[in-house]
Amino acid sequence: MQPDAIVLPTPAPRRKKAALWRRTQEFWLPLVVLALLVLAWEIACRAFGVPAFLLPSPSAIWGETWAMRMQVLTHAGATLTTVMVGFLVSVIISLPLAVALTSSRMIANAIYPILILTQSIPKVALAPILVVVLGANELPRIVITFLVAFFPLVLSCAAGLLAVPPELLELGRACKASRWQELVRIRLPFAMPIVFSGLKAAIALAVVGAVVAEFVNADRGLGYLIVSATAFFKVPLAWGALILLSFMGIVLFQIVVAIERILVPWSNDNGKQ
Amino acid sequence: MITIDRASKVFLTRDGEDIVALKDASLTIGDCEFIALVGPSGCGKSTLLRLIGGLLPLSNGTITIDGAMVTGPREDTGIVFQAPTLLPWATIKDNVLFPLSLMGKLRPDSKAKASQLLDMVGLGGFEQKYPRELSGGMQQRAAICRALLHDPSVLLMDEPFGALDALTREELTLELLRIWTERPKTIVFVTHSIPEAVLLADRVVVMSPRPGQIVEIIDVPLSRPRSFDQEGSEAFQGCARRIRELIFGRRGARAA
Repeated sequence: MQPDAIVLPTPAPRRKKAALWRRTQEFWLPLVVLALLVLAWEIACRAFGVPAFLLPSPSAIWGETWAMRMQVLTHAGATLTTVMVGFLVSVIISLPLAVALTSSRMIANAIYPILILTQSIPKVALAPILVVVLGANELPRIVITFLVAFFPLVLSCAAGLLAVPPELLELGRACKASRWQELVRIRLPFAMPIVFSGLKAAIALAVVGAVVAEFVNADRGLGYLIVSATAFFKVPLAWGALILLSFMGIVLFQIVVAIERILVPWSNDNGKQ
Repeated sequence: MITIDRASKVFLTRDGEDIVALKDASLTIGDCEFIALVGPSGCGKSTLLRLIGGLLPLSNGTITIDGAMVTGPREDTGIVFQAPTLLPWATIKDNVLFPLSLMGKLRPDSKAKASQLLDMVGLGGFEQKYPRELSGGMQQRAAICRALLHDPSVLLMDEPFGALDALTREELTLELLRIWTERPKTIVFVTHSIPEAVLLADRVVVMSPRPGQIVEIIDVPLSRPRSFDQEGSEAFQGCARRIRELIFGRRGARAA
């Protein structure tokens, strides 16, 4: 008999540490990978002498962006405003629209083709036309953000409202619930997990929509900063704006996820994201 | 007393075709009687249950409960479905209270009644739990409490144990008999299971499909209180055999 066949229990502190290691792994592992990639990028830029106007090194990006931090933050604030207003407008319009779509076949037949139409129009092509119609101000940017973001939200709200088990609706009818009660006390709460999957798509798309709008018509915003910086060959600053945009997208997405965890703790999605 | 007189239900499909889900069903159910509806899929047993519950309008015939025509849902009827369909965002207790709260009939003593009911089905410590924290059998117990809270005189059950595993199913079958003894009421119970129907019911209504109709009504001569020990008895086997003949014999005849 081999003496090392006897399994010794791992000491408790070490086991605890291992468990903590595993549990937090999904958080730190991607960060480590990201840090390594950035490092490789920096080394490659320096080693091969890549000119900054082609591909700036991470340190150059950081340097130029930090030097203009106040302006960059102002631009980020402008973009954030457009994203948030566009997103909120999407939410405010999508929910009643989904309720209407799911409440009667006639309304669905009337509205649905128009919804598809709004989605088949290329938003980038629509942007300059909207500026002519609505004027060179915040409004066309919000409208475009809304147009990009609202569609998946309408679809998921409608899917959620239709996902209610028919027995639950029968129970509602057996209790003589009014249509309003059915909507507020059964359909809407039941739809919430699916609505939130739409909200997550919508917040990500709202960032895209805002930047598209800023490309076409803006005097501020991170999209505008990218266009103007590249026009003046300040490529590192454009990269800085791009990274800030991604960061903004991630943070906004995670805020929606956090709200979901609080409001919809019964959602199956939780824990998987 | 529930009187069903030549009740028929015709559904219109989207292609504009008529489907006769139930044809000329006639049945009289006494107060506090336990009736089981048995038959293959598509025999109209769930349709008949929903017609009694006022959830579907009749195409023909009449249904009266205690002399009043059924034209829509009645508050004096409780319903249990195959799936527990509890609200995932509400605690077990709130789920049990949900129908009363929808009807605007929450009384100060409703909560105490809900607790009492949950105690009766063995869910005493689970009032503040959420449905996802309970097993399927426990969820279905809660759903039964939900149907019983307003103490309806008629309880409609649509394959309530159909989605449960065999052991939980037997357990809940006995549980239902106990609840029925403690709180007598008229029960109409839809099932696919012949032994379940025989064990539970005073009378078993055997139905056949295309079009859905009542084939025969069989009296179950077993004494009460009932238990699974009676399954071996001659009376039990006789009933079960007769129901099988009615269901499968007909199919065989059709195939020939």
